[in-house]
Amino acid sequence: MTRLSPARIALYAVSALVLVYLILPVLIIAPISFSSARFLTFPPPSFSLRWYQQYFSNSAWMQATRVTLTVALLTVVIATPLGVAAAYAINQSKLRIMRLIHMMLLLPLVVPIIITAVGIFFLYAKVGLVATLPGLVLANVMLGLPYVIISVLAGLQSFDPAQEMVARSLGMNRLRSFFAVTLPQIKSSVVAGGIFAFISAMDETIVALFISGGQYQPLTKRMFTALRDEIDPTIAAISTLMTAASFMLVLLASARQRKGA
Amino acid sequence: MTISVPDPSQKHQRREHALMLALVSPALLVILALIVLPVGWLGWQSIYHDGFTLENYRRVFTEDIYWRSFALTFEISLVVTGIALLLGYPVAYLANSMPKGWSILILSLVVLPFWTSVLVRAYAWLALLQRTGVINQLLRYLDVTGEPLALVHNTFGTVVATVHILLPFMVLPLYATMQKIPSDLMQAGASLGASPSLTFARVFLPLSLPGVLAGCTMVFVLCLGFYITPELLGGGRTVMVSMLVSRNVELYNQFGAASAVAVVLLVSVLAIFAVASRFISLDRILGQK
Repeated sequence: MTRLSPARIALYAVSALVLVYLILPVLIIAPISFSSARFLTFPPPSFSLRWYQQYFSNSAWMQATRVTLTVALLTVVIATPLGVAAAYAINQSKLRIMRLIHMMLLLPLVVPIIITAVGIFFLYAKVGLVATLPGLVLANVMLGLPYVIISVLAGLQSFDPAQEMVARSLGMNRLRSFFAVTLPQIKSSVVAGGIFAFISAMDETIVALFISGGQYQPLTKRMFTALRDEIDPTIAAISTLMTAASFMLVLLASARQRKGA
Repeated sequence: MTISVPDPSQKHQRREHALMLALVSPALLVILALIVLPVGWLGWQSIYHDGFTLENYRRVFTEDIYWRSFALTFEISLVVTGIALLLGYPVAYLANSMPKGWSILILSLVVLPFWTSVLVRAYAWLALLQRTGVINQLLRYLDVTGEPLALVHNTFGTVVATVHILLPFMVLPLYATMQKIPSDLMQAGASLGASPSLTFARVFLPLSLPGVLAGCTMVFVLCLGFYITPELLGGGRTVMVSMLVSRNVELYNQFGAASAVAVVLLVSVLAIFAVASRFISLDRILGQK
């Protein structure tokens, strides 16, 4: 054990402060959501579930919640197989053009989301997809694809493709050998990729601001509008629930990733 | 004249290529339809309105409101990147120098907010920073200030919340780079009689520069396009480029102008990536999530 130099102590102090800065905002929301006060006071005067009650009894919030869950689930169901197929091809193919395709598939991470949002808005306005459920799902599939592809590619890199060759030489066709040999071994990375796509769809706000409307507004759009007008502690209750959901999903995904590929 | 006999292995290879392209095409189609086409459309719309025109770009480059917004956005992005580096480097350094359990704990704390919605965090900062918020109450309680401080609905609040959101993008590449610096280099420095601060400055710091560049590029570029945080915490006074785009669409129906602003923003982002990729690989910038 080295002696604690003043520089080392300063390093500990600075890092601790930075970590507090990172964590504090995440932790502050839960106590606000359980407070009885209309306005933010800290510490909260007394414990109450009134904001949760307000959330669960409000039909607009409930409708938005249904939209969010539907969109996120459909996004996972569509983006996961598309992403797995793409990652498999990128990993296997020696075609020169695959490198370019790989880069294009990661475009949603590179293009500023506000630009994507406005572009999709103009496109949807032409083809009549504004304020529809399919429009919302499609946009989220596009945004979720990179997460699935990155996760599955990482899984495939630690998988030996010779195993699939063996299965095929023993008479299985390609599709069967993929499902029987390859998929079970990369399952964890597929599940993790799907979970990330779910979280991405659940948290997506900016594209929804432009293209969603009417009865198909997700939670985040309603939250954004509510936040612009006034600070309603109902948002704290919703935020707490959303954060809890994200954390549980991330824990699940990372447990999966650690277990398998 | 030669008769070409189809080579069975070549035929097999061609089938293999076709299969791989078929597998990647649904995903590619989604990307083409929902990001390449829309962004291309923006480009077209910025130069074509009943005939070709550069009017939109003339406005973006000459009118005050656009200029000021671009200048402000670059300024805020620079400040945010600088602060994120100052805050992120010590944390990455500490995580790198601690035993495994501790470094996992530190990194988890860094990544934890990453998985909280940006919207939720904007709400949290409003709760913390507003006039009747937690920080002002605390300051009043401690008798530091009589009047509540204006901490939010201005540039200050925007920067505080933006750094918070982008800090993980700085810490992760820094940590990944530091992990690759062999620790015996530091011991060699020490054995040659250099003080710890000298070995840090001459050996460790230069070797960590690729991580610094990767982190700074990512934070700067993400900040250029930031929307939710400045919109909710900027109080309408901090008009960043992204807000210019959305206002031109939603409030003024100025589609051509909005498209031109979007194109200039996108070109800036791609140019920064291109310059950065001359020094470090793009995988390094994008790969570390």
